Amino acid sequence: MLRDITLGQYYPTDSVIHRLDPRVKLTATLLFIVSMFLFHSFLGYAVAGICLAVVIVISHVPFRFMMKGLKTIWFLLIFTMIFNIFLTDGTILFQWKFIKISQEGLLTAAFMGLRLFFLIIGSSLMTLTTTPNQLTTGMETGLRWMKVIHVPVHEIAMMMSIALRFIPILMEETDKIMKAQQARGADFEEGKLMDRVRALVPVFVPLFVSAFRRANELAMAMEARCYRGDNGRTSMKPLKYAARDGIAYVIMVLFLVLIVFTDKIAALIF
Amino acid sequence: MIKASKLAYEYIRRDEEGNVEGIVRALDGVDLDIKSGDFVAILGHNGSGKSTIAKEINAILEPTEGVLFVNNYDTSKEENIWDIRQSAGMVFQNPDNQLVASVVEEDVAFGPENLGVPTDEIILRVAEALEKVGMTAYRNSSPNHLSGGQKQRIAIAGILAMKPKCIVLDEPTAMLDPNGRKEVISTIHELNKKEGITILLITHYMDEVVGCDKVIVMDNGKVVMQGTPREIFSRPDEIKKHKLDLPQVTELADELAKEGVDMPKGILSIDEFVEAFTSRYAGK
Repeated sequence: MLRDITLGQYYPTDSVIHRLDPRVKLTATLLFIVSMFLFHSFLGYAVAGICLAVVIVISHVPFRFMMKGLKTIWFLLIFTMIFNIFLTDGTILFQWKFIKISQEGLLTAAFMGLRLFFLIIGSSLMTLTTTPNQLTTGMETGLRWMKVIHVPVHEIAMMMSIALRFIPILMEETDKIMKAQQARGADFEEGKLMDRVRALVPVFVPLFVSAFRRANELAMAMEARCYRGDNGRTSMKPLKYAARDGIAYVIMVLFLVLIVFTDKIAALIF
Repeated sequence: MIKASKLAYEYIRRDEEGNVEGIVRALDGVDLDIKSGDFVAILGHNGSGKSTIAKEINAILEPTEGVLFVNNYDTSKEENIWDIRQSAGMVFQNPDNQLVASVVEEDVAFGPENLGVPTDEIILRVAEALEKVGMTAYRNSSPNHLSGGQKQRIAIAGILAMKPKCIVLDEPTAMLDPNGRKEVISTIHELNKKEGITILLITHYMDEVVGCDKVIVMDNGKVVMQGTPREIFSRPDEIKKHKLDLPQVTELADELAKEGVDMPKGILSIDEFVEAFTSRYAGK
């Protein structure tokens, strides 16, 4: 059913990774992404890969489930790799007319591919182990300092959580409107692309009208419940760091040191 | 608790250049006096101004003329609005469009969070509010999985957690099925009796009005009838003049009386009807 759709593909298990503070996971993901650009050797990739694999095993999320998230990115991944193979200059291994494949090209392609793969798996590990709600609170609390530079952190977080609440409702409504239009003879499945796009207009117009009406009513209901931005607002579930979160931060620092260190060693050896 | 005198509100329609196109007087010289602990129903057909009154009480709209006091706060003063909204909570018609969070307990906590209540106290209040509306078992569910009646009870719990003195319900049952309607109505009756919370129920279902202390009938922005349900429903012709119906039993008794059957006026429940009928005609 449409109403069961969850955003972000959260995979519930009771692992330590799931129980970590969302702020820790946000920082870790960010650090992991940055670390991807700190090394250039096979040894570095091996270390990062092993660390990532260990975290995946601890999280109890099946690896097959993670690959699902890659589905939409395959194209980009292969595209980048092909470009790198053919457009990098260096020692030529194979040549046919203007097409050249160089040793360096193959190497960069492999590195690029691995790097993208790690990035995607690393960040989807966060969305798989954190509920959208936790992510929102994590962002709100963790990025609170950005208010100093006038970023409306609370408002953005509030918008995100309201969007999460209303996505299933609006999906259901779209379904209802489409059925109503179909009952009156609308055809969404046949015809050329342009015809099909045009057929969606009578779906989106009422959907937008109703979304605005909902927004208006919701705003009134929120005001009636004394909502006035984050002026003096408290929270029922404020985020609190536990011991495991501290350990996670230490591990993160160790990981960074390890990555930089292996890269230095690799540079010495090769 | 709620006092209004000569209250008026005008909706001003403007064209694209901002010129006044027309003025609709939604409220026109309304006097109200609702006492603490009362259960009052406001009746009226569409466009009678009953929803406007609710928005006035919650200080969402400011009076055009006249004065309105809620819990001794003047609603026309900007600095009072948060105190007014805390003391007179409001439940709206559409259950989907008034729940903010995607988890039940977080939604109930929304009000107290806005008021700046400390964390421990919020947890207590949420548990208590859910208990009072009988929804404790659903505290970790998503509102999308609940029925309309349950969602409305969550909305009521969200208001209760703000510890209001009065709850204004603007057609809370209009979008519910008969079961959901019963759930909501019995919940608010219980809150009125056990907690002493003043209830202002705006509705156009006559059957919901029967158990109230006082009924106010509105038409065209004016209060046209006031009294106990029995007094109001003893005047069927007047009720129908304001485009409203009688409760089914009352209607039946009234029709019978017109045909020459000896029935008293203002019968409100099936039991009363049976009692009145048998006491007159048993054994004949």
